[in-house]
Amino acid sequence: MPKFARELLFPLIAVVAAFIVGGILILIIGDNPIEAYRLLLGSALSWPDGIGYTLFHATPLIFTGLAVLVGFRCGLFNIGAEGQLYIAAFATAWVGITFANRSAWLLVPLCFLAAILVGGLWGAIPGILKARFGSHEVINTIMLNFIALYLISYLTQYHYRVPGDPILQTSPIGEGAHIPRFGAFIPGFPERIPLNVAFLLALLCCLLVYLFLWRTKWGYEIRATGSNPTAAEYGGISVRKQIVLAMAVSGALAGMVGINEVLGYRYRYYDGFSDNYGFTGIAVALLGRNHPVGVILAALLFAVLQHGGIYVDGFSEHVTKDIVQVLQGIIILFVAAESFFKWSLGRFGFRRLRA
Amino acid sequence: MRDIFTWALIESTIRLATPLVLAALGGLFSERSGVINIALEGKMLAGAFTAAAVTYAADVRLGMGTASPWLGLLGGMIAGLFIAAIYAVSCIKFKADQVVSGAAINILMLGIPGFLSGALFLSSGSTPQLPKDHLLPQSPYVIALAIGVLVFVIWYVLYKTPFGLRLRSVGEKPEAADAAGVSVSRLRYSGVLLAGVLAGMGGAYLSIGQSSLFTRNMTAGRGFIALAALIFGKWRPVQTMLACLLFGLTEAVSIQMQGTEFGQEIPVQFINMVPYVLTIIVLAGFIGTSRPPRALGIPYQKEK
Repeated sequence: MPKFARELLFPLIAVVAAFIVGGILILIIGDNPIEAYRLLLGSALSWPDGIGYTLFHATPLIFTGLAVLVGFRCGLFNIGAEGQLYIAAFATAWVGITFANRSAWLLVPLCFLAAILVGGLWGAIPGILKARFGSHEVINTIMLNFIALYLISYLTQYHYRVPGDPILQTSPIGEGAHIPRFGAFIPGFPERIPLNVAFLLALLCCLLVYLFLWRTKWGYEIRATGSNPTAAEYGGISVRKQIVLAMAVSGALAGMVGINEVLGYRYRYYDGFSDNYGFTGIAVALLGRNHPVGVILAALLFAVLQHGGIYVDGFSEHVTKDIVQVLQGIIILFVAAESFFKWSLGRFGFRRLRA
Repeated sequence: MRDIFTWALIESTIRLATPLVLAALGGLFSERSGVINIALEGKMLAGAFTAAAVTYAADVRLGMGTASPWLGLLGGMIAGLFIAAIYAVSCIKFKADQVVSGAAINILMLGIPGFLSGALFLSSGSTPQLPKDHLLPQSPYVIALAIGVLVFVIWYVLYKTPFGLRLRSVGEKPEAADAAGVSVSRLRYSGVLLAGVLAGMGGAYLSIGQSSLFTRNMTAGRGFIALAALIFGKWRPVQTMLACLLFGLTEAVSIQMQGTEFGQEIPVQFINMVPYVLTIIVLAGFIGTSRPPRALGIPYQKEK
């Protein structure tokens, strides 16, 4: 089997297996799995809404998937993308509000910078804690997620909410900070669909992450640290520096979710906007085999599910949109326990496939 | 200030700390055996939902009255055990990454209760209201006593029995334990399964003790606070319980502060942040050292 086919095989098996388990669960609660899956997957290809919304939902997932990927490649588990994207989105909105009257030429780059820098800084904290004190990044990123949430909830509630607004959200950003939606340059594509240029930025980031990790010295050092820190240290690579760098890059990527959300969609910071993007990013990176191309494919799959969830909720008798999270959980579980498939394939006589 | 620090605050601290203590002590068994437990949140959700659903069924369908919450508690424990079994098989038998599987369990359990409640109760993620007099005991004296006994039993099991010694040795130096004839995987299974039962109990106390129904994502991060308390308590039973009481106190204060003058001065968000900030500080070694079990998170590969 060629290499890319092998790489595709296990994720594919994991997805199919998850759909089978999910189908059994749907049967148990008394609905028709085929009907539920038709609703879940069928809506994604319609033009323009299905495709538009699927790509819109895929945008944050590509960013968070890349964020988790960069961490993984350095041997780090960034569970903190959720906190990083929240605090970066707030910073983006803050710049957009504070410098609202500046021209777009200045304001948009400033907002981009805010998202990337603040996400990167928040991501660097657990990196520094690990490099300096050896404390585990998994625990620290979980803790920092909650700290970020409370911090911005405080800032929004006490300082940046429009007085009297019952919704926990900031005042709107300046119009100069808005980035164009696809409707502005694709004829026949309605502007109400929030798909915006941040999607193109996400694709560009996939290319940049690929070049960074596989074509630069820094990326090489990050991957060397990830595959064998002791050997990397002996080879003259400063493992501590790589840990901080990888976490900062990871955080910056997660932070770019703020560009899509604040500059392209809601034009303000809206508390609790993330639909678990940071955690879904873990699933995206794992299913995408920690490769930028895989991340795009996996992000599209989860975006299809997320969009289809609404239809399942509305049109099926018992199944709710929670099926999306159930499938997601089972997919990660199967991807994580890859040896389960190798084991079961071996039992059924497919020994050649056991790698 | 004075209207906040009252006897009622202590009572509420004990009540709020109970689910944390149960989950954190569960996590203690798992982590001392060498298996990371970021899935406490998911196990608590499983326990909370099942406990409320079973209590409802026992009460309304079977008319079991005051016995129903106890059946619910049992249901919650079994649900925690079941989820822990999935986690254990994936981490121990198939040597899956423990953090990844834990994250998977948490995501799965965000979905499952909503998925089932849609079918069972035609609701979007919650169970029906339970009668207020058919819940687990809420008297702080009763709970405090129960928690005290539990902590003593766990301390005794961990430090004074052969099982406890073996469990700890498997978490520190599995090769040595293996060479001494101890089955590493059997002990890790017991650690993870015990964690499931206790976290399920903790979840049950949330839905049929502190409140009287299950609501969507009702743990709201308590599994992670329990994990934080375990680290803050340096993976020891008594200290972990004290950490849970401290974190329970911050929650109690933040609830009582709402609408008071004190609440105007110090935003509630800063009180809510305290457990997380403290955990980062302790883990970094600024206040004493908090050292995890040596083999934590590493699947054990028997030498061939």
